[in-house]
Amino acid sequence: MSTQTSSAEGGFSIGGLIRRPETGSLIGFIVVYVFFASLGGAVFLGAPGWSSWLNIAAEVGIIALPVGLLMISGEFDMSVGSVVPASSMMAAVLSGHYGLPAVVGIAGGLGVGLLVGFINGLIVTRTTIPSLIATIGMMFAVMGMTLGLAVMVKGSTSVSYVPDAVTKALLGTFINGMFNVSIFWWLGFVVVFFFFLHLSPLGSWVFALGGDRDSARNAGIPTDKLTIGLFMTSGFCAAFVGIAQVMTYQAAQVAGGQSFIFNSIMCVVIGGVLLTGGAGSVIGIVLGTMTFAVVNQGIFFAALDPNIGSIIIGALLLAAVLSNDTFRALAMTYATKKK
Amino acid sequence: MSATTPVIELRNVDKSFGPIDVLHEISLKVRAGEVLCLLGDNGAGKSTLIKTLAGVHAPTRGEILVDGEPVTFSGPKDAQNRGIATVHQFGGTYPLMSVGRNFFMGEEPTIGFGPFKIFDRKTANKIAVEEVQKMGITRITDGDRLVGGLSGGERQSLAIARAVYFGARVLILDEPTAALGVKQAAHVLRIVNEAKRRGLAVIFITHQVMHAMTVGDHFAVLIRGAIAADFRKGEKTREEITDLMAGGETMADLEASIEGYMETHDGHAPQMNTAG
Repeated sequence: MSTQTSSAEGGFSIGGLIRRPETGSLIGFIVVYVFFASLGGAVFLGAPGWSSWLNIAAEVGIIALPVGLLMISGEFDMSVGSVVPASSMMAAVLSGHYGLPAVVGIAGGLGVGLLVGFINGLIVTRTTIPSLIATIGMMFAVMGMTLGLAVMVKGSTSVSYVPDAVTKALLGTFINGMFNVSIFWWLGFVVVFFFFLHLSPLGSWVFALGGDRDSARNAGIPTDKLTIGLFMTSGFCAAFVGIAQVMTYQAAQVAGGQSFIFNSIMCVVIGGVLLTGGAGSVIGIVLGTMTFAVVNQGIFFAALDPNIGSIIIGALLLAAVLSNDTFRALAMTYATKKK
Repeated sequence: MSATTPVIELRNVDKSFGPIDVLHEISLKVRAGEVLCLLGDNGAGKSTLIKTLAGVHAPTRGEILVDGEPVTFSGPKDAQNRGIATVHQFGGTYPLMSVGRNFFMGEEPTIGFGPFKIFDRKTANKIAVEEVQKMGITRITDGDRLVGGLSGGERQSLAIARAVYFGARVLILDEPTAALGVKQAAHVLRIVNEAKRRGLAVIFITHQVMHAMTVGDHFAVLIRGAIAADFRKGEKTREEITDLMAGGETMADLEASIEGYMETHDGHAPQMNTAG
């Protein structure tokens, strides 16, 4: 009795570190970074290199966080790929075409994301349609509506918008001409998500949803509300990225954003989130995102054939899933007696 | 409230889903410190009965009484608040979460205030380990350990300890021993006795007659949604109960034929061609 809770308190132990769910992702990141640093040289190690992969990481990372939470809770969200262009189009139409204040455009764009997430959540909780299918359907529907809106309002697939200085500075500027301000937003989101998942009591509920939904409901957890909330968070974050894009590039495109679907899932899985739900961590997702971004951008610095980059990402994904399974098995079989 | 008032009682409860009657005229009562064993074959309506008791389904007709007062549960949470806890076959535990987090699922202790409340891991782990040990599971000493690494019996015990800690007065155990080996099952049965000793009313659902007879004070056999027999400890033999569960006919014949076979075949059971 007297020795309970002892192992976790204070002190650094190799064993404890190995059993952390993020260890596999950390090793993956270090290996990939060293690999590209050795090929990319000083430029990749310096500010240009860091800014280039951090910019990518921030964009996909803001979406990967809620997608990861959804995956931990046992759901997929494919609709993020069309929420990004839909929200930037909504913001550009409201503020650019109709000349409304930036705040209205931003609120409109975020509203699109929240609405799409809400509908996703309703479909998933009220019907038996799996979230993978429900959100693919939603993705196409939103894509069609975005195109329809753009053509109806503007008659073209692109709407331009020049934001005012403050909005631009907050959402779409490059610090030192290199580091996109989104990087700081991403860090902010990371802090919020970390608090939610790992510190707040609600975090346990997300894991429970993915672990055993029926037991979670029996334990009195409002599973439907939580699921809808998570989908809305995912819609919100995708919309945020869409708005940051319109502020950065000063135009909204109907297409684009599809890459976020697979990229976000890849970041999450490389980050050690269990595809079937119930396990994962925010730190892991962040590491997965960084790994993905380093490969994605490292290719150019290393002057490798871009096709090789795709091969590396594919191999990384497989290696990540394999190693995560191994680390999970280690954590499961661990018994305290062995101290 | 006298000592003999049942903690929970069903009076003539019917439950139908559309045109299908699943439960018919169910009446049963459980007093504090008593174990009611609900026996029934697959499809007898056990799950529906549990869900009705746990507030998942509302009865179509009839009433549920808690401490002699008629109640209507608005949902599982409401039933839980009245002290009715259900532990399911797989324990309602989450394999990839720690003992502490499992124990406090849905009732997390927090420190801090306002929106900055954080899960109090230390307290959670400490209480979880203490409570589980009080129930006789001494192998669990670290609240950070993942539940997936525990045995089936330990997971059941964790779930039962959890229910007891959160003030359950009625413990509904849904086939707690079905998936367990002999030793593990004995462990769970000991914990059922411990819960009974602490004055909980236990409803123990099983189709293993031996397990039921070990802990039960009172037995009810459910057949096709109705109570086919209702008797107290010692009033019926194991064979009689098994026969009742199987519908009253086949089991004795089957056993007789197996025994007859074994006598003539050096004690070996007959080889079945069909998958069992």
